[in-house]
Amino acid sequence: MAEKIATRASYGKALTELGAENQNIIVMDADLSGSTQTKKFADKFPERFINAGIAECNMMGMAAGLAISGKTVFASTFAMFAAGRAYEIIRNSIGYTHANVKICATHAGLTVGEDGASHQCLEDLALMRAIPGMTVINPADDVSARKLIKAAAEFNGPCYIRLGRASVPVLYGEDQKVEIGKALKLKEGKDAVIIATGIMVDAAMQAAELLKAEGLEVGVMDMHTIKPIDEEAIVEAAKTGAIVTVEEHSVMGGLGSAVAEVVCQKAPCRMKIVGVQDTFGESGTPDALLEKYHLTAADIAEAVKSIR
Amino acid sequence: MEIQELQGKAALVRQDIIREVYSAKSGHPGGSLSCADVMTALYFEVMNIDPADPAKEGRDKFVLSKGHAAPALYAAMAERGYFPKEELTSLRHIGTRLQGHPSMKKLPGLEMSTGSLGQGISAAVGMALAAKLDKSSARIYTILGDGELQEGMVWEAAMSAAHYGLDNLCAVVDHNGLQIDGKNDDVMRVNPIADKFKAFGWNVIAIDGHDMEQIVKAFADAMDVKNSGRPTVIVAETVKGKGVSFMENQAGWHGKAPNDEQAAQAMTELGGTL
Repeated sequence: MAEKIATRASYGKALTELGAENQNIIVMDADLSGSTQTKKFADKFPERFINAGIAECNMMGMAAGLAISGKTVFASTFAMFAAGRAYEIIRNSIGYTHANVKICATHAGLTVGEDGASHQCLEDLALMRAIPGMTVINPADDVSARKLIKAAAEFNGPCYIRLGRASVPVLYGEDQKVEIGKALKLKEGKDAVIIATGIMVDAAMQAAELLKAEGLEVGVMDMHTIKPIDEEAIVEAAKTGAIVTVEEHSVMGGLGSAVAEVVCQKAPCRMKIVGVQDTFGESGTPDALLEKYHLTAADIAEAVKSIR
Repeated sequence: MEIQELQGKAALVRQDIIREVYSAKSGHPGGSLSCADVMTALYFEVMNIDPADPAKEGRDKFVLSKGHAAPALYAAMAERGYFPKEELTSLRHIGTRLQGHPSMKKLPGLEMSTGSLGQGISAAVGMALAAKLDKSSARIYTILGDGELQEGMVWEAAMSAAHYGLDNLCAVVDHNGLQIDGKNDDVMRVNPIADKFKAFGWNVIAIDGHDMEQIVKAFADAMDVKNSGRPTVIVAETVKGKGVSFMENQAGWHGKAPNDEQAAQAMTELGGTL
């Protein structure tokens, strides 16, 4: 059994490393620094940590002002309050100005768990993807999360990074090369390709194993960057004739939509989008929720078989 | 600059506002004219800026939180030499650098893109924080509309500016009492503005926003050492449409361009020609 680490913990770790390397980095939070793990940075570099209090809109506005003044700003809160509550501030003050703000949104998706639907953001990828110039990242594990967060600090421009609350298996070795905009091929397969993002990559790997037992050779791809999306990798996957996308997000506007936009225009093939079906979540353990909302390895395997 | 000279510049800014909005056949003359005197003071007297080097290190910065008063900002910038005055009539036309609301990516010298109310002051707070972190003496200025104070985000920003002791931040509320749908008092009461900011921990200065002497003195007072550790807000009592008789105190002139006849009359009243 692989070690399990939540990608928000990876964020805390990456931030403390970045803070030591780069004096220009400012971290902001909206009274959730223990949960988002920005507290790790705050403890080490208190003079470069700014708590905005429970005022996410103003945090994003201040982040824009700091970034436009030359700072590299990491602004954190839960995905619901970043992409959701502060959407228009992100759009106008950060997106329109192409400000160097890295919005690191934790507790995304159903696996927030017991807090219920009010806190389970299932629309953030759709919202952030629609903003011109916004890079959108959704890492699958600890190693890729840390590498992608560090890569985000390297370029000048707005970026949304989706992070989770629950611990998830570590999929990659420390020497794994991870680049923004370049999908990672975890498994080759001639019968179909599962393109997964975020914490669903692990379930996709399990699904491929289930299908192997039934004689199907199915590839698995980690699409950690939703925008700009790796079109080449999608076109390549389409050659198998069947693509299944998997995300812990609404089936509207997220990874499935982004892949479908490429598939229908560049390499038409059969597709199935696995995600949350136009509904709100509810309270429950992360595992119970993933099962109830059909985001398990078995659900993914079924989806693959339905188009094979 | 002498008070009289500043008054002269403000008159030119007002003429430019009418030319801009007339040429665009749309835009916001009322709230541009009401903040024209404050804007002129900022660009010609108060701020440490260099039009020849708009990105100069250590410069003071201005954010127009009430972004719809862009014609006043562009007029002050053009008069100050940021770009040719001839360009003013390109306001709102396709391909222009003078967008309907300020777009910093288009025009050098603009410090922030604004237009969606409530956001400019937050960005200004961020800039003031950055200046503090950099131990810079730069000051950050912003103008808000009184109707804009209805946006909750303004008060989030007000709280944060006081919490972080941003005495390098000076906001001006252009208190003309009117907004699109009518009087502030009828649409959604924002008074008493001074008391609200005081309660949020700000230093408050109330002035006649068309009295250049008072304007210049207020900006100087904001920098006084007795106010260290606190942001300042200047509540400027103004008249919407100031300087053009038929626009004064008329909510209907919030976002409407004058026709040929009205533009000609406005320019005559302002001592200029189209």
